[in-house]
Amino acid sequence: MVRFQNVQKSYDGETLVVKDLNIDIATGEFVTMLGPSGSGKTTTLMMLAGFEPATHGEIYLNGNPINNVPPHKRGIGMVFQNYALFPHMSVAENLAFPLAVRGMSKSEQEDRVKKVLEMVELPEFGGRRPAQLSGGQQQRVAVARALVFEPDLVLMDEPLGALDKQLREQMQYEIKHIHESLGVTVVYVTHDQSEALTMSDRVAVFEDGVIQQLSSPEELYERPENSFVAQFIGENNKLRGTVQGVGQDKLATVKLDSGDVVKALAVGIGSKGERTLLSVRPERVSIEPKKSRNTVTLTGRVEELIYLGDHIRTRMSVAGHTDFIVKVPNNAHHHELSEGQTTTVGWEAEDCRALDDMAA
Amino acid sequence: MTDVTASGVPGEITTTDGVPLKTSLARATRRQRLQALVLVLPLLLFLLVAFVLPIGEMLFRSVYSPVGSNVLPNFSKVIQEWDGEDLPPESTFEVFVKDMRAARENNEIGKTVGNLATRINYEIPGSRGLFTRSARKLKNITEGPYKEALIGLDKRWENQHIWRTLQRVSHDYTISFYLAALDLKYDANNDIVRADPLYRIYVPIMFKTLWLSALITAICLVIAYPVSYLLATLPLRTSNLLMIMVLLPFWTSLLVRTTAWIAMLQTEGIVNDILVFTQIIPEGSRIQMVYNMTGTIVAMVHILLPFMILPLYSVMKTIPPYYMRAARSLGATGTYSFIKVYFPQTIPGIAAGTLLVFILAIGYYITPALVGGNDGLLISNLIADHIKKTLNWSLGAALGAILLAIVLVFYWLYNKLVGVDNLKFG
Repeated sequence: MVRFQNVQKSYDGETLVVKDLNIDIATGEFVTMLGPSGSGKTTTLMMLAGFEPATHGEIYLNGNPINNVPPHKRGIGMVFQNYALFPHMSVAENLAFPLAVRGMSKSEQEDRVKKVLEMVELPEFGGRRPAQLSGGQQQRVAVARALVFEPDLVLMDEPLGALDKQLREQMQYEIKHIHESLGVTVVYVTHDQSEALTMSDRVAVFEDGVIQQLSSPEELYERPENSFVAQFIGENNKLRGTVQGVGQDKLATVKLDSGDVVKALAVGIGSKGERTLLSVRPERVSIEPKKSRNTVTLTGRVEELIYLGDHIRTRMSVAGHTDFIVKVPNNAHHHELSEGQTTTVGWEAEDCRALDDMAA
Repeated sequence: MTDVTASGVPGEITTTDGVPLKTSLARATRRQRLQALVLVLPLLLFLLVAFVLPIGEMLFRSVYSPVGSNVLPNFSKVIQEWDGEDLPPESTFEVFVKDMRAARENNEIGKTVGNLATRINYEIPGSRGLFTRSARKLKNITEGPYKEALIGLDKRWENQHIWRTLQRVSHDYTISFYLAALDLKYDANNDIVRADPLYRIYVPIMFKTLWLSALITAICLVIAYPVSYLLATLPLRTSNLLMIMVLLPFWTSLLVRTTAWIAMLQTEGIVNDILVFTQIIPEGSRIQMVYNMTGTIVAMVHILLPFMILPLYSVMKTIPPYYMRAARSLGATGTYSFIKVYFPQTIPGIAAGTLLVFILAIGYYITPALVGGNDGLLISNLIADHIKKTLNWSLGAALGAILLAIVLVFYWLYNKLVGVDNLKFG
């Protein structure tokens, strides 16, 4: 449906904001561009919407190149960060705007507006001005307006950024449901990873104008391909070391800077002697683990205990790193730890990913 | 519930010790309100002394003209008994002659025969000589019958019109200045009629002022709108430079700017020189662009332009670019988006700018006086004339009051159409 081919973008002719972007988005897919600010995700969206020309490369929509198609002829619905509801029009007028532009008859406009208002559960609000609506209601109207002319593709530029946490979560599900029931393709931009993981079929993690990883939320969390993704998505414990060798079973032997030698799953490492960053999720680490063949164990000192109800967040020093986090589940048999105590921590070697060391 | 409301009126909320909540609140905020009053007091006093009182005095002067009773104190009472038929009785004539004789001796400003003559002359142009000359000869009349004696001095004393006018002028309060300002007058029968065509000057100039102001406002809007748009949308560095260029003339003396336009536009001026030099017009037919209406329009548009740009800019600055983008993404062309989405949002700025420029233009004085010549004169120039040259302050005040009324009417209309709450000056 949407295809970016070798797209590059520069504003000043000196630095590239988007570097050689290639991505294919299938019809009906919900793809999220996730990344920190300045990573190029919004620029990519603006190029797709037609507000920014691509400096190089071609963007295809339904197989047709659209670089020279002006935004109003692309037929792409868009939800803006601040909703961009026209303040001088009522909600119904806002919703009828794209229909009037398309020369639709008044009665048909009214029908469509009524239907779409019901879809976003605001049937009584047609006569109101946007300023008379709450943030969440404005958000729904903005979504409705982007959908009312039945585009195949809808772009959303951090649409939930202005809402409070609770409303944001509720709206995530609503948008997700609308997407599922209409079968429309959605390209969504956000810097909020939980939003990206909740809603998307696939997530493209942007950093420095490059897609670092494009995969399903589960893949992204469980199997990050590089250290940026590992650090950006969720929480990860970092251990730095040097590669000693990679075995048959894809397990690499790594000598940590503290001198301990551990095994870890080889994902993005170089040859022997190169630096690597080991990455292991806090929830995969256990205290005083039962040993099996590939269990890695290290000694750790408890530095800080934070009681969080369902689990106890434990900060430890392990192999020279003082910010090693372990989530100790608050279940019946959990270990009673106290600050200053020394214990062993361990995890399965497959859960620890040996990645590139960006800092090196 | 019951003990809360027990001490007060049923349903009224009270504090715990039974004082009504409103009283308690008023007491608590009294200090703040006093503080606020003290802060605005200097401005309030200044406005009162420098603005409200003078304007009030001027407005009062437009209806209050005690010349009649000042110059002829006794006559002004007696004449009121005259029914307006034939001529006043002999006794009235006697009082008139005696009052006039007394007035001859009086040199106090506002109480001389000359003052009265001027006042009557406003009502009956050309009658001034009758009073001054007769007054000189009055010393010869020492005994009755005064009527015959007076008519003997000048045949015109036989004219009812003079006596009716005298009767009217003897009232301290008069609307005749407003009549004059509206090109109306009393005829010989005390009816209000239109002034002679030669004297109908104020209403045409009033209308000219209105439509010239409207034209200047329209030109300002047409020029200012794109400039403001650029100012609001260009990157900060460029727009700051542009803003300085807009404000630079604003910081220059009004007189300097106006005289600069004379240098630019006069027949031997820069614009004509360039036109001749580039052979667009031949040497012999240099265009008269100043000391006429063109000069007034050009100079006033230039001077009033910032008053249009600034409110427009301040409104446009608050319109984020994503509205236009949204409209485009919804399928509207650039022009359509502009008309349907951008333009309506700038209406508060347009309203503020046009109101500001129009009201300023309607009362503008210096520029038309300098570059207006004869046909570029506005009503304010006539007002100034009456205040400074002819010293007919009452007529000037009446014209000013009418101008004020027109401005208020426009303001009211504006409020009806746009809503004053919608105005944004910055």
